[in-house]
Amino acid sequence: MHIPNSAFLGNIDPFLKSFDPAGTDSLKITANDKWISVHPAVLSMIAALGVTVDTGDIHCQKLEAKSSHYLARMGLFKTLKIPFDVPFVEHEPAGRFIPITQIRNSDELSRFITDMVPLLHLEPEQARTIGYIISELARNVIEHAEAEHGAFLCAQYYKKSNSIRIGIADTGVGIKATITRSHPAGTDLEAIRLALRPGITGATSREGGTEQNAGAGLFFIKSIASINRDFFIVYSGTALYKLLKKPASSSLRLHADPFKDRHSQEENLPAWRGTVVGADITLDQTAEFSALLDAIADTYKAAVRERVKARYRRPRFI
Amino acid sequence: MKTIALFNTVGAFAENKDTARDIRVKEIIPALNGGEEVVLDFEKVDAATQSFIHALISDVIRKFGNDALDRISFKSCTPTVKKIIGIVVDYMQEGLGPE
Repeated sequence: MHIPNSAFLGNIDPFLKSFDPAGTDSLKITANDKWISVHPAVLSMIAALGVTVDTGDIHCQKLEAKSSHYLARMGLFKTLKIPFDVPFVEHEPAGRFIPITQIRNSDELSRFITDMVPLLHLEPEQARTIGYIISELARNVIEHAEAEHGAFLCAQYYKKSNSIRIGIADTGVGIKATITRSHPAGTDLEAIRLALRPGITGATSREGGTEQNAGAGLFFIKSIASINRDFFIVYSGTALYKLLKKPASSSLRLHADPFKDRHSQEENLPAWRGTVVGADITLDQTAEFSALLDAIADTYKAAVRERVKARYRRPRFI
Repeated sequence: MKTIALFNTVGAFAENKDTARDIRVKEIIPALNGGEEVVLDFEKVDAATQSFIHALISDVIRKFGNDALDRISFKSCTPTVKKIIGIVVDYMQEGLGPE
């Protein structure tokens, strides 16, 4: 993996295209010599991949960029159990970032969310939104990904834009493997499209989901990003879905079909064994959560009604 | 009538679906099977995820049908929690029917 000088959700595509998934027994990390500034999703990916190989098989070039201490502060080298020789000042994470954290089960997640929310020093409404996103994303990994090492997540607060960027990655079976247990999907991109629709879960083809899964988590998070006009990505297998920022003048209508949102897509990326999700949440624009829920409720009901109606039998006129 | 105080087990942010399942399986369903009415008390619960509420009540609605909603009350909910409960109740009723 090559860590470029810049890889955020808006310009993450070249980073993903440059990732070489061949040779699963070792991990080679190189980086831009001058500058490193990357989205937490990039760090989560490196961490998730790094723990799948022996520490002795991780080869990280000597990092020259001044900003490389950021990777250390975010806990990358600690997670990978490899040394980082450049001295740096370890900042108190409170109010700035959530270092790379591994979540393997439900109780770990609940403890993490309880500890994390005060760290970010956010307004209650904003903290609720961030907690919501992390809970739903990490539970998806715990319940569906079959990832031996669980979920790796981290987040960074950006004061200038007053936004939080969140990344979560796993090296599980990927979205296509889980969604096609109950719904047909020929490609990774079709599987991502289904996973983002409200009420579609790999756990069942039944409307309303199972007693434990509704198939709504990713739809809710995409909706939060969409209402806030923020980026949101899902990368699984060889496919990438990216919700693009909406211009301020555009309508904030939610869509059950993610392809009806302003988005970009890629289908032939290097294959990621698992799933990566990245989200940017601009806190200035964070809509009142209750107003967001109104919009979600309308879209969700309409989507379910449409699917139920599609199964209606039609009268035969002869 | 059986009152279930959720804060004691789920905390201020209700997101643990395993806990929701335990409450559903061990408390809500046995109470309804025994002919009792159930009050889910959300006092001090600031927020809940849709996944938590789904795990708490969707199977109850599926098993007992719409009648379950005449026998379950939701007490002291914040506006946000009320809306999430509303979403789950609505889509479960929209989708009730054959597979």
